[in-house]
Amino acid sequence: MGRGLSTLLRRVPTLAPPKPISAANKRAVLDQLNVTDRRANRALRLLALAGGTLVFLVLIAIVYQVIDGASLAFSTYGFGFIGHKTWNPPANQYGGLTFIYGTLVTAVGALVLSTILGVSIGLFLSLMAPRRVAAVIGPLVEMLAAVPSVVLGLIGIYLLLPFIRSDVEPALHSVLGFTQIFGPAQPVGNSPFAAILVLTIMVVPIIAALTRDLFLTVPRELRDGAEALGATRWEMIRGVVLPTTQTGITAACVLGFGRAIGEAIAVAFVIGGVPAMHLSVFESGNSMAAVIATEAPSAISNLQTSALFYLAAILLVMGITTNLTAQRISRRGSRMR
Amino acid sequence: MSAINPDPAHALTASGNLRRRQAVSRVFVSATIAAAGLAVVVLLLLVYYAAKRGIGQLSWTFLTGHLPPYDGVGGGIGPALVGTGELVLISTLIALPVGVLTALYLAEFASPRVGKVIQTGIEQMAGLPTIVIGIFIFGLVTKHFGQSAISAALALSIVQVPLIARASLESIRRVPGSIREAADALGVARWRTIVGLILPTASSGIVTATILALARAAGETAPILLNTNPTGLGYQLNPLQAVPTIPVEIYQLLNSGYPAAVAKAWGAAFLLITTILAVNIGARVWLRRSERKRGI
Repeated sequence: MGRGLSTLLRRVPTLAPPKPISAANKRAVLDQLNVTDRRANRALRLLALAGGTLVFLVLIAIVYQVIDGASLAFSTYGFGFIGHKTWNPPANQYGGLTFIYGTLVTAVGALVLSTILGVSIGLFLSLMAPRRVAAVIGPLVEMLAAVPSVVLGLIGIYLLLPFIRSDVEPALHSVLGFTQIFGPAQPVGNSPFAAILVLTIMVVPIIAALTRDLFLTVPRELRDGAEALGATRWEMIRGVVLPTTQTGITAACVLGFGRAIGEAIAVAFVIGGVPAMHLSVFESGNSMAAVIATEAPSAISNLQTSALFYLAAILLVMGITTNLTAQRISRRGSRMR
Repeated sequence: MSAINPDPAHALTASGNLRRRQAVSRVFVSATIAAAGLAVVVLLLLVYYAAKRGIGQLSWTFLTGHLPPYDGVGGGIGPALVGTGELVLISTLIALPVGVLTALYLAEFASPRVGKVIQTGIEQMAGLPTIVIGIFIFGLVTKHFGQSAISAALALSIVQVPLIARASLESIRRVPGSIREAADALGVARWRTIVGLILPTASSGIVTATILALARAAGETAPILLNTNPTGLGYQLNPLQAVPTIPVEIYQLLNSGYPAAVAKAWGAAFLLITTILAVNIGARVWLRRSERKRGI
């Protein structure tokens, strides 16, 4: 109400010199407003406030609930859970290291691929493509983000895995096999590598859309200036566009990373579902989100459920940290500009 | 008269260093085109294969029949279609008021500092891993009351609220200031301005956001997997019971792995992906048209 009244007072056209806003003056204006209006104003304000507060309450409840669910596993294992490799439900032994490793490997791998692809697409849509072409390609790329993860999982199993098994893996292994990262041939094809490809499909549209909007904010004069000085298109991008948008690109990538660590279903189908750590991206592994999705519905003991909650808590902490980082980076970037 | 021989020292074609720089530039420009092309090709491949393997499944019995048994022979996805519709309707009914009210608070009432805090909250909510939302509702509701459409809808609404809030905020902020100023100058009460002028002007954006959020919720698996995953094969309309849904049904069919089940999963996936993409395209086109009409 306060703001409404002050804007009201400010905007009343005053031909006579404005009266000083005294308490009595304020009262007079208030009285002009009908009582119902005043009540309705307050009611709407409270209602809106309730909406905003609810968002916060839910966030707090999520943190509380996840920590509460993890308390049994936490009291059993403490922080040692994070560094422990064994995950054996029949023996009721749980450790999270293999899943944390799997999550990080797949998310970082997907981040590398989708940063290259996403920023390229952002550049194409904002600076290269004719407007008409961009108006068609842009929404199509965004459509990729709308594909449900369970459909991506299905496509991953029946199209991606055979392709990786027969073509990608042998090629990469023969050329880069000595690095151990592209290790020995696996007969199944379920692997973190497949998960990386599926996650890339999910993250690329996010980075592409964010960076496209970012590149469009680079002042035209700067770009034209560089080209007038004789820079080629690529030199203009490398010398002007990328440096001025550096922070924004970083923020977009961090957001993409946050999306990649949280994906459960599509990853669960292709990563292999084996709690193991391998240097090779072609050997089956598992990720935190994926193991929660696959084991929580059929958990055989309270400790297992609690251990899954523990993983969810780690995931939550990682997610919140990446989000806050992205926000901080992008705020710093927008303040600089 | 001698023939016009261009002086090689002043040729208009690039040579030497410039030629190399232009070649480098051309390589990178082609690379960005290739990246964009790759993304479009991947999307088209996804749709093409879903259509190729799924379209043959579509039939009246597939669309209306009870869910198939474990081996996937016989039956259809009728109950899952109805269940997804019901679930998405409930979750949107929860998420729409919360999302719009939050946007309204941010746009009209909040002080800059409080606004920043709530905006951070919305961003955090948008960035939550969906499986964490699922296990949260599982611990909060499902563990105590059993699986139900209501608890799954609660999880989906947490996915939807930030989507609706962000897009609503954007379209409320795009309402021309002149409308607000005119109302203020006439002494119109704030709530009347909001309900009678601002919300109607922003409505096309809010409706689009709601429809997009609806489509997003229809395709989500992770938040509902733990909260509605029924064992029955028939129609289930009671929101206090676990209802079958398309994404969870696809998940189950894939896990069973029988050829007939996988074929049904392709059919359901084709239905899901085409519906979601069509809704996305339709909503965008409609938004652009209606905003142009209003001159926003």
